[in-house]
Amino acid sequence: MKKVFKHTLIASAISIGLVGTAVAKDLVVVSWGGAYTASQQGAYHEPYMAANPDIKIINDDSANGAVAKLRAMQEANNVTWDLVDMVAADAILSCDEGLVDEIDFDTALAPAPDGTPASVDFGDLLVSPCFIPQIVYSTTFGYRTDLVGDNPPTSIADVFDLEKIPGKRSLEKKAINNLEWALLADGVPADQVYDMLGTDEGVARAFAKLDTIKDQVIWWEKGAQTPQLLADGEVVIGSTYNGRLFSVIEEEKQPIAMMWDWQVFDLDGWVVPKDAPNKAEVMEYLKWATDTQRLADQAKFISYGPARASSAPLVGKHATLGIDMAPHMPTDPNNAKNTLLYNFNFWADNVDDLNERFTAWLNQ
Amino acid sequence: MNTDLAQSNVNESGEMITADGVPLRISLLRAKKRARNRALLLVAPLFLFILVTFFIPIISMLFRSVENQVVGDVLHRTVPLLQQWDEHGSDLPNEEIYAALAEDFKEAFENKSAGSVGRRLNYEQSGFSGLFRSTNRKARKLEPPFKEALIKVDKDWGDIDVWRVLKRESGSYTLSYYLAALDSSYTPTGEVYKNDASNSIYLPLFWRTLWMSLLITVLCLILAYPISYLLSTLPIKTSNLLMILVLLPFWTSLLVRTSAWIALLQKEGVINDLLVAIRFIGDDQRLTMIHNATGTIVAMTHVLLPFMVLPLYSVMKTIPPSYMRAARSLGATPFTAFVRIYMPNTVPGIGAGAILVFIISIGYYITPALVGGQSGTLISNFIAYHLSSSLNWGLAAALGTILLGAVMVLYIVYDKIVGIDNMKMG
Amino acid sequence: MALPLHATTGEKIWYYVYRAICGLIFFFLIAPIVVVIPLSFNAVPFFTFTPEMLAFDPAGYSLKWYQEFFGSLNWQGAVKNSFILAVFSTLIATVLGTIAALGLSRAEMPAKTLIMGILISPMVVPIIIAAAGMFFFYSDIGLASTHFGVILAHAALGTPFVVITVTATLVGFDHSLTRAAAMLGATPTRTFFKIIVPLILPGVISGALFAFVTSFDEVVVVRFVGSYQQRTIPWAMFSGLREQISPTILAVATLLVLLSILMLTTVELLRRRNDRIRGITN
Repeated sequence: MKKVFKHTLIASAISIGLVGTAVAKDLVVVSWGGAYTASQQGAYHEPYMAANPDIKIINDDSANGAVAKLRAMQEANNVTWDLVDMVAADAILSCDEGLVDEIDFDTALAPAPDGTPASVDFGDLLVSPCFIPQIVYSTTFGYRTDLVGDNPPTSIADVFDLEKIPGKRSLEKKAINNLEWALLADGVPADQVYDMLGTDEGVARAFAKLDTIKDQVIWWEKGAQTPQLLADGEVVIGSTYNGRLFSVIEEEKQPIAMMWDWQVFDLDGWVVPKDAPNKAEVMEYLKWATDTQRLADQAKFISYGPARASSAPLVGKHATLGIDMAPHMPTDPNNAKNTLLYNFNFWADNVDDLNERFTAWLNQ
Repeated sequence: MNTDLAQSNVNESGEMITADGVPLRISLLRAKKRARNRALLLVAPLFLFILVTFFIPIISMLFRSVENQVVGDVLHRTVPLLQQWDEHGSDLPNEEIYAALAEDFKEAFENKSAGSVGRRLNYEQSGFSGLFRSTNRKARKLEPPFKEALIKVDKDWGDIDVWRVLKRESGSYTLSYYLAALDSSYTPTGEVYKNDASNSIYLPLFWRTLWMSLLITVLCLILAYPISYLLSTLPIKTSNLLMILVLLPFWTSLLVRTSAWIALLQKEGVINDLLVAIRFIGDDQRLTMIHNATGTIVAMTHVLLPFMVLPLYSVMKTIPPSYMRAARSLGATPFTAFVRIYMPNTVPGIGAGAILVFIISIGYYITPALVGGQSGTLISNFIAYHLSSSLNWGLAAALGTILLGAVMVLYIVYDKIVGIDNMKMG
Repeated sequence: MALPLHATTGEKIWYYVYRAICGLIFFFLIAPIVVVIPLSFNAVPFFTFTPEMLAFDPAGYSLKWYQEFFGSLNWQGAVKNSFILAVFSTLIATVLGTIAALGLSRAEMPAKTLIMGILISPMVVPIIIAAAGMFFFYSDIGLASTHFGVILAHAALGTPFVVITVTATLVGFDHSLTRAAAMLGATPTRTFFKIIVPLILPGVISGALFAFVTSFDEVVVVRFVGSYQQRTIPWAMFSGLREQISPTILAVATLLVLLSILMLTTVELLRRRNDRIRGITN
């Protein structure tokens, strides 16, 4: 009797185990949609699902406004997301508010192939204890090669020079980056930009510089707008994320070129929501999806630099175009002569205030 | 009436009675009450449904415009003690308060709750976010004397204005979101002042929303009047056919119409191409008609025009043509007859259409979001921005309350002029 | 409004000028809707007529945006969601709205204006305010990011139309008809289905169509209350218009125009039937 019971127990344990593997687990992964999600799909999701048939990754393209939704889910104790893609600033904010989990980088993430622990491999890019960076992207400029004549823009000052580059330009409808660029174009040395923006005079000076081009600016809100505006000839030059410009130049073959001067580096990566429904599965996925080879693989699909130092040498050719991706990385030495790193601490304190002043300035 | 018969239906106190012997008055009242209850019972399910799915959500959201629990909840030791501290004096709080603050920070570190308070107070004064973050990082290591320790962590704890803001915003409710929504702020000592022009956003935005809605309403009226008149005077067959041109846009998805306007108005769009093709403008002089106020006004006028045509048309249908003929026969010129006789009769239709269009315009979101650019966005777009991008939910709720108030006033006016039960569709 | 025979020259000129003005206004109303149709067959990914299109060169036209629409899981998911959400929210809105309208049209209904005012308010309250309220509240009660939550939200937005159209068909409803039926021995149920339903049916159907369109065309509430799993056609169009503008949106728009023609025809036929039943002839 006892034996029979034991056998039944084992049998049912096995069948439960079988059922457990037979029923696929859905992981809801929130990201930006478009080309970016496609690159994650190609580099991470598809290979992972092929190797783990019990996991189904569902792409939810609502990374825009994700902090708001995450906060509302948390207030209601009803978190439905497993993994969220965020820019570093949002990740820092979510971490401060306790919306996302802290991660022990060295145990949760894979070491580099040579054994270097993850925390060293990612190095300075670990800007928050909750945030696993995937890529370094930059906000930079693209211009219409056919509309600028023989005098293409070469420096940030040219963006503000209506005589050299006449016509409309597109800039993001935010204070961030524009104020820095205005000061740089006005001759402020890079290491003094944030000190200066901390003062009223510095902010006034930045706005005064922006005033000189204000009526020639189209303000964008989504990363795809500048490529579209450039392709339509609505603007001559415009800022956007470098990966978007890569697509419009190399994939759509539009007459557009990059102007990398004073590109601003920023990070994008993963956060795990507190109380995520499938935490164990997500952590397993993360360990795999953020290893050295996977981060390098993403660069086959989109021109963003991998966040691990050990991934850089592995960056190869584009998956479909077959061109070398290294020269298109924002971190390539030829492109990175003058760069600014997004100042997370400064903007965490000043983003509300300066965005408000920026909006008021726009409306004047 | 036969007196005998009537007599038999009257009881001793002289009241009419029914066949059951119940006084007729009471029986009638009962029947009326039953009928009333039946009517109420029919309405009740929808009423409750609207209450739960629509009203309670909105009211609880509006409540966020004054709600301010987070400061008192997280700093629950500091806040009660702060009430005894004199914010008008020139002395910093005493050691006891600093000690309470240090305790609160230690607890907040465990709960990860300091960030929310820092962010909340950062709306009042820039720098609170950083102050709370840096203090939070070192919370575990704080040792007495806490005053010195905290000021060492961040010198802002030695700034009396920081404490004044903290005390002012320590209550469970706050008015500061409404102040912000009206472009005003507090001085550190608590006086209200109006922001200078370089920091005013919302009042100009409310004005812009109002004047653009008004302009759209007027444009709709100017465009709707002639065609409504034509429709109401044509033979029914022809007018039904032409009515399709009004109703088709009305039934077509808003996003379809907005996409269509993008295709028409953009730089490389149909209208600019046409103007270039007929050499009205050069290829380099293409007009900017989208991503600005023009785009919003044109697209919204198109979207809302049917809302003006339909009420005007239904009023004009009821005006007998004999009025005009009578005026003409009495010697009025066609113009005088039209202005003096016909137009006054259409005022109810004008009122109904105009208020309807105006109400819809001031709360409009989608079209301005897609074609409005910077100068063509309205108050709704800013509410959406604060909800999902800046995450300042209190400010979004305050702006929403003001907007909702304006709409409700107009709704009541509409009810007084047109009557809600006279609203017709299609 | 034919031109009188004795019209003066001035009147004649005005007559034609006036008609021309009206023609332009009708053109303004209909042209944007018509223009999307040829543009959706564009061979290049722009919102504009290419020289090949204008020359009626077949090379300038293509069906690829329709292929993209029908071939994309993304769009197909949106189509499926749109129909699921619209059908169920219409059902709820129609049932609740019709019952309420029956109550509202009774003479004994107390505080009629006030109650009517409240029931119709979802139509008047700016959509962003409703969306914000629902965003927080539905999250709190666990309905956010579910089909059911969006269905409830859309049903609330759709009910005013049902209430209005059904109430309108009941205006001038002769209550002696139901009393006569009762006197002739009909049960209340039988009276309802034999007398009331045929009379209000046109109103119910056009109200339901309005409720359907309200949900089918709604983009703000669904974006706040729902998540990607509830993504609808207008949602996909909205984000498409803000991000990657492609003529696929115009292909979708063309299909939606066809749908609206279908619905407009239905509503018109119903309206005429209703007028006929109630003896109102034009």
